[in-house]
Amino acid sequence: MSMSAARIGAVIRKELAEFRRNRFILATAAILPIVFLVSPTVSILAIKASAVSTVLEKRVETSLFLPLLIPVFVPALLSAYAVVGEREQGTLEPVLTTPVSAVEFLVGKAAAIFMPAVGISYLMFGVFVAITQFAARSAVATAVLHAPQLPAELVFIPLLAGWSIWVGLAISARATDTRVSQQLGTLASLPPVAVAALFSFQVISPTFAVAAALAAGLLVVDGLACFAVARVFDRERLITGTKPTSGTGQPRYRSRGAS
Amino acid sequence: MSAMSGSSASPTRAGPRRAAPAGPAAIEVSHLTKVFGSRTAVADVSFSVARGEVFGFLGPNGAGKTTTVRILGTLIAPTSGSAVVAGIPLGPARAAEIRQNISIMPEAPGLYRRLTVTENLEFFARLYGLPRRAERITEALAAVGLNDRAQDLAGSLSKGLRQRAALARTLLNDPAVMFLDEPTSGLDPVAAHDVHGLIGALRDRGVTIFLTTHRLDEAERLCDRVAIMNTSLRTIGRPDELRQELFSRSLAVTTAAPLARPDQVFAGLPAVQGWQTADQSADQSADRSAERSGGSAGSRPAGYVLTVSDPAQAAPAVTRALVAAGADVLSIAESRHSLEDVYLQLIDDTEGRTR
Repeated sequence: MSMSAARIGAVIRKELAEFRRNRFILATAAILPIVFLVSPTVSILAIKASAVSTVLEKRVETSLFLPLLIPVFVPALLSAYAVVGEREQGTLEPVLTTPVSAVEFLVGKAAAIFMPAVGISYLMFGVFVAITQFAARSAVATAVLHAPQLPAELVFIPLLAGWSIWVGLAISARATDTRVSQQLGTLASLPPVAVAALFSFQVISPTFAVAAALAAGLLVVDGLACFAVARVFDRERLITGTKPTSGTGQPRYRSRGAS
Repeated sequence: MSAMSGSSASPTRAGPRRAAPAGPAAIEVSHLTKVFGSRTAVADVSFSVARGEVFGFLGPNGAGKTTTVRILGTLIAPTSGSAVVAGIPLGPARAAEIRQNISIMPEAPGLYRRLTVTENLEFFARLYGLPRRAERITEALAAVGLNDRAQDLAGSLSKGLRQRAALARTLLNDPAVMFLDEPTSGLDPVAAHDVHGLIGALRDRGVTIFLTTHRLDEAERLCDRVAIMNTSLRTIGRPDELRQELFSRSLAVTTAAPLARPDQVFAGLPAVQGWQTADQSADQSADRSAERSGGSAGSRPAGYVLTVSDPAQAAPAVTRALVAAGADVLSIAESRHSLEDVYLQLIDDTEGRTR
């Protein structure tokens, strides 16, 4: 059985409907982005006209880095809940009795988290840049608009979100408790943030070639992560909570696309 | 689906028990074993379920019933053994095909509490890739009598209503085989009666139903055959066959006063293999009853249990012999053992052996 867009669509539709009615998720999706918008905005608007260029440069670097945390932390929290949350509320078993495959289920979950997370991230970035252009001093506005890391960061937003989502789903598929899953998922999302931080603070010079290479690498990782996570999505472990007995000679229902 | 939609308005009573239909099996299980670590959950289980049969799967908690259902529903893989479900061999290669043709209602309803009942069913209808989704959802809800709560959030429903919504979900894909795990758990008697009617209607349409239940009266009323399981299969058959296998057939005779020479009365009667007086507790109860009614213990009713090979042949002969002996006969009736007696006997046997 090939991958079905209709089944993936069903999972996306259901996830988005649940997000809209889940106050925890709405709060997570609202508070974190607001914090990561307000803090750099205040920092930028507070720069005095007399500030020397090094101070201005440092503030711009920091201000452009903070919104990058939105596509990391928001999807990390949502994806960490995705599988273990279903298991805790008893909805996973009925879903797994339908023809939906592990890959379809996971792609649907990932897409449902990706769309709002990336949308909110771009929105916050856009709002931040717009505020600086309208409210900040002209030197500051110019510094933000022409910062060399700005275009690279716009490319990295979806890639970082992809990493956070797949890492979160992998952990969620193995964890037995939502809180543990969210803590581990957030921690595991940090390595690419470190790379992004090196960019933002210009420790790594954000040339087009370096940014493109890193983005391509992250894109490949995100693309393959779907199948890697499907490998750890073990129906038997998820349903029974026990590690399947190995060496039985019987094929197991785990990562095949159709099973 | 259309055939069952009428069951909500006027639930049909489960029809008379039929013999297991002949023809190809809907489920064929051969030497199925499942081991979790050092614990064997299912040991060398083999059975078959015919198409259109209502098959009861009974056993105490931890007997391996749910594990067996999960194996047959392709949720977990067996350690050894094989099975065919809905005509499809069990295994990862055709697991999705099996799932398309079956439905499973787990013991917990497993509904998304923040979605409405309709949204829950819509999600599952899409996962099954069903056409005419709205129509099917309406029919499924009507079948379980839940149309008026279709727009309610699942989380706002009572346990019984959630159970009904979960049952509606299992009807959506018009399955060839349905696995129902405690389908009437938490339902009030009227709702349980409706579910029984629905199961009867589904059986009449040729749907095979694999019913896991602790309610032995339910199994006895609904199931063509039952299997009693306690890690391994203890027995399988029609409820009346199991009764006959485990318990000798008997007649319970009550006379107004004890017989002077019961040996002479019952000896040599056709189809009568032996007799004994009814148990002591029954005697004491009869004593108290006689005293309350002003009689004496000496004139109390007396009970006798006769082991017979054929009650229909033995009963007239026993009646004639009692009348000939001058006894006042109060009652003669065949003693019937319930499925619960069979179950308890088998499970006690098993537990006695493991103790």
